Amino acid sequence: MENKNEFDVIIIGGGATGAGTARDCAMRGLKVLLLERSDFATGATGRNHGLLHSGARYAVTDPESAAECIKENMILRKVASHCVEENDGLFITLPEDDLAYQSTFITACRKAGINAEAIDPVEARLLEPSVNPDLIGAVRVPDGSVDPFRLTLANLVDAKLHGAVVKTYCEVTSLLMEGNRVTGVEVIDHVRKMKERYHAPVTVNACGIWGHDIAAKIGITVSMFPAKGSLLIFGHRVNSVVLNRCRKPANADILVPGDTICLIGTTSSRVGFDEVDNIRVTPEEVDLLLREGCRLAPELAQVRILRAYAGVRPLVAADNDPSGRNISRGIVLMDHATRDGVEGFMTITGGKLMTYRLMAEWATDLVCKKLQVDQKCRTAEIPLPGSRKVDEKEYRKHFDMKPAKIASTVGRHGDMALNIKSGTPYDDSLVCECENVTVGEVNYAIQELDVHNLTDLRKRTRLGMGTCQGELCACRAAGLLGESMDCSGKAQRELSRFLEERWIGTSPICWGEALREAEYTQWVYGSICDMK
Amino acid sequence: MKLQEKNISENNFEQCIKCTVCTVYCPVVPLNPLYPGPKQAGPDGERLRLKGSDFYDDTLKYCMNCKRCEVACPSNVKIGDIIQHARMEYGRQKPSLRDRVLASTDFMGTMAVPFSPVVNWATSLRPTKAVLDAVMKVDKHREFPNYAKQTFEKWYRKHAEADQDRYLHHLTFFHGCYINYNYPQLGKDFVAVMNALGWGVHLQKGEKCCGVAMISNGLYKKAKKNAQVNVDNFRQSLQENRPVVGCSSTCIFTMRDEYPHVLGIENEEVRNHIDLATRFIYTLLDEGEIQLIFKKDWHRRVAYHTPCHMEKLGWAIYSESLLKLIPGIDFVHLESQCCGIAGTYGFKKENYKVSQGIGAPLFKQIEAAHLDFVSTDCETCKWQIEMSTGVPVKHPVSVLAEALDLEKTYQANNKTR
Repeated sequence: MENKNEFDVIIIGGGATGAGTARDCAMRGLKVLLLERSDFATGATGRNHGLLHSGARYAVTDPESAAECIKENMILRKVASHCVEENDGLFITLPEDDLAYQSTFITACRKAGINAEAIDPVEARLLEPSVNPDLIGAVRVPDGSVDPFRLTLANLVDAKLHGAVVKTYCEVTSLLMEGNRVTGVEVIDHVRKMKERYHAPVTVNACGIWGHDIAAKIGITVSMFPAKGSLLIFGHRVNSVVLNRCRKPANADILVPGDTICLIGTTSSRVGFDEVDNIRVTPEEVDLLLREGCRLAPELAQVRILRAYAGVRPLVAADNDPSGRNISRGIVLMDHATRDGVEGFMTITGGKLMTYRLMAEWATDLVCKKLQVDQKCRTAEIPLPGSRKVDEKEYRKHFDMKPAKIASTVGRHGDMALNIKSGTPYDDSLVCECENVTVGEVNYAIQELDVHNLTDLRKRTRLGMGTCQGELCACRAAGLLGESMDCSGKAQRELSRFLEERWIGTSPICWGEALREAEYTQWVYGSICDMK
Repeated sequence: MKLQEKNISENNFEQCIKCTVCTVYCPVVPLNPLYPGPKQAGPDGERLRLKGSDFYDDTLKYCMNCKRCEVACPSNVKIGDIIQHARMEYGRQKPSLRDRVLASTDFMGTMAVPFSPVVNWATSLRPTKAVLDAVMKVDKHREFPNYAKQTFEKWYRKHAEADQDRYLHHLTFFHGCYINYNYPQLGKDFVAVMNALGWGVHLQKGEKCCGVAMISNGLYKKAKKNAQVNVDNFRQSLQENRPVVGCSSTCIFTMRDEYPHVLGIENEEVRNHIDLATRFIYTLLDEGEIQLIFKKDWHRRVAYHTPCHMEKLGWAIYSESLLKLIPGIDFVHLESQCCGIAGTYGFKKENYKVSQGIGAPLFKQIEAAHLDFVSTDCETCKWQIEMSTGVPVKHPVSVLAEALDLEKTYQANNKTR
């Protein structure tokens, strides 16, 4: 009899890479377990630009990454269409930049297979009216935006459809060893509040920066260099085309429009491992982001900021360079059997959100090799759930709502939106008014998409990501969550935690309208709802 | 400018802190569940529409453009303007024949006045109303304002124009479509009162409809064209040192605020010289420029109804104060509430029920007050209140014309001549 705790492969980490690997492995017929200590996309996956890189940014400095990016870019447009916005991008040259760099840049782009085309600054201003009018040069590239939450979720949903078991809030405490072989993991299941052991001949470490800790549990060193990157979210879309600076990559030189907002980023600074679980955006970083952001789009000087956040890039030093001077942003796949003499264990790290699928493919190829399974990767051809073509009419038939609400819902879930209940005034009423999230959508997420708290819900629906940052929707959503858990006390605690979490992002930029909003929110929850 | 010293966005949409007080004050929301309300249609929707035009919601047409949301907003968000803008920018529906007819107050007036007895008779007939209801979707309950036998302009050229140059002060009168085609008597009252106050009244050649009905019915091109002609005219008038004064609160509001905010027609240099008759008179009085001498034997019980655009202008106080100056007035205060007509909105069959529902609390107040008449600065409010309550409605200027001892007032204000 098959043991429910026996798998072919255990993947640790619910970021894009882990989710992608789970999907790939499951599609190749393996019995998969994915473990995530928190919710999916909590680390670097959910804390970046959401930029669908064309690769142009790396063309001059890292041609290999650039070539990977453009290939994956084109693949994601096809297989993850509901997570992608085909916005295009501009690399602009400002008077303080060297215009000569432009031709170097274009040549490098073309070499990497990126369709880069110099356009007249006047044309650039027509294409993107918010761009700094002082620009002296512009290059158009196939950049875009990608929603990392949607992307990760779609991978997990599909992994599950292919039989994978996905456990969030399940933290790996130790790797089980038999001789020099990793045979499984021991976890604390934070939901069921119990310890559990799972076994598999292969374990994949896909924990981003935390992969360092996992490997360290069995004495393996992965030289990682946590690099913090901070970003600012503006209240609405200022630009509809991604704006970059045409110069060597530097701080705060990308402005990405994504869904209802736009983002400026990033900074880059080394942080210690002791900080990676609790990183904060500093006032200096906010200043820098704003100052540089205004060079791309001067309007940003006056646009309301919603929040600031930071992520930690899992940069890996090459094995022959322990000092970390030649850090690559390329993909790193370590087979610890050949590297460290430990069988049944590998680490997939480095890379970028853009190349998550390729990382997953590499990792899965190695898993299959180890398990002697002969199956080809199909993730570059088969669309993710949500990205399957559905006739517009079907949506209109399914949803008895106004077009704007349908556009929001379908925009978030693609064809999976057809699982959302609609038709009664209650199901179609709004929970989150800023982002058009209905009761039907919230209930769908709670019931089908592994929601344990309001932050989980936010990542699946954009609830609380709008202008008011949860002021109106948090208590409504808490009510629905409480209903599903049959516990109003828990709902109240979740509400409080959610508002705390929102405040962490608001506090670094709390002035002007954001301050008024925060005051008002505090008044609503503090004075009216009598919350602490 | 310093970084982030101010948060600015188009029509202040991002100043919205989602307090939702606008939606509470919206007259349409409680009566029409299809309308998402000003917060969602305005600032919330705007943010989504920046993503793409498929986030435009057709139900924005249920907005009456009463601007009560803007009055209520503590954050100075131009909610009504955002909605009108969105309709202009994204509205895909072409105006129907009905909407074109309702919007073309100017054209219809020009056509109807020469045949006014026939037109008035015909539009009052039940079969006509039934046809209009069924074919044109103009609600059968509506009474059409009668057309005059002679336009105000024609009357003015014949009977008043020659006399105007002899006054010490001079103004340009923006009569608007209603006075010209439907109710010249108000124009005549205005000329009589202003002359008595020592002001010569002049008309502009080529005055155009202010365009409010065109804006609300989606005829934006025509509205812009009219607006430009009017603003150019006003510039001319200012060069002759003549302020522009009108009786209709809606025309005045449109020309002052909707021209720049909704139509994008620049009017900065003339804006502050476009005034409403009651405010203009009250200001003169306040500055000691004029005297009002009232009849001793005039006694009436009167209430003032605040039109939505008066609420937005913040000028109801001028009209109310003027009325209260009349010694023989028994003034009744009405709570400021929308009457529900909103120009051509209430004429449309699909809006009739909502329109009457919105007005119901106001009608109740009026009926309970046992008035001789209601006074208001807006002509469409007048039709609505008269139709729904049977109580007559008069413009404050007409009330003045009635209550003033015009002869004595004339003598007091025209001494130097």
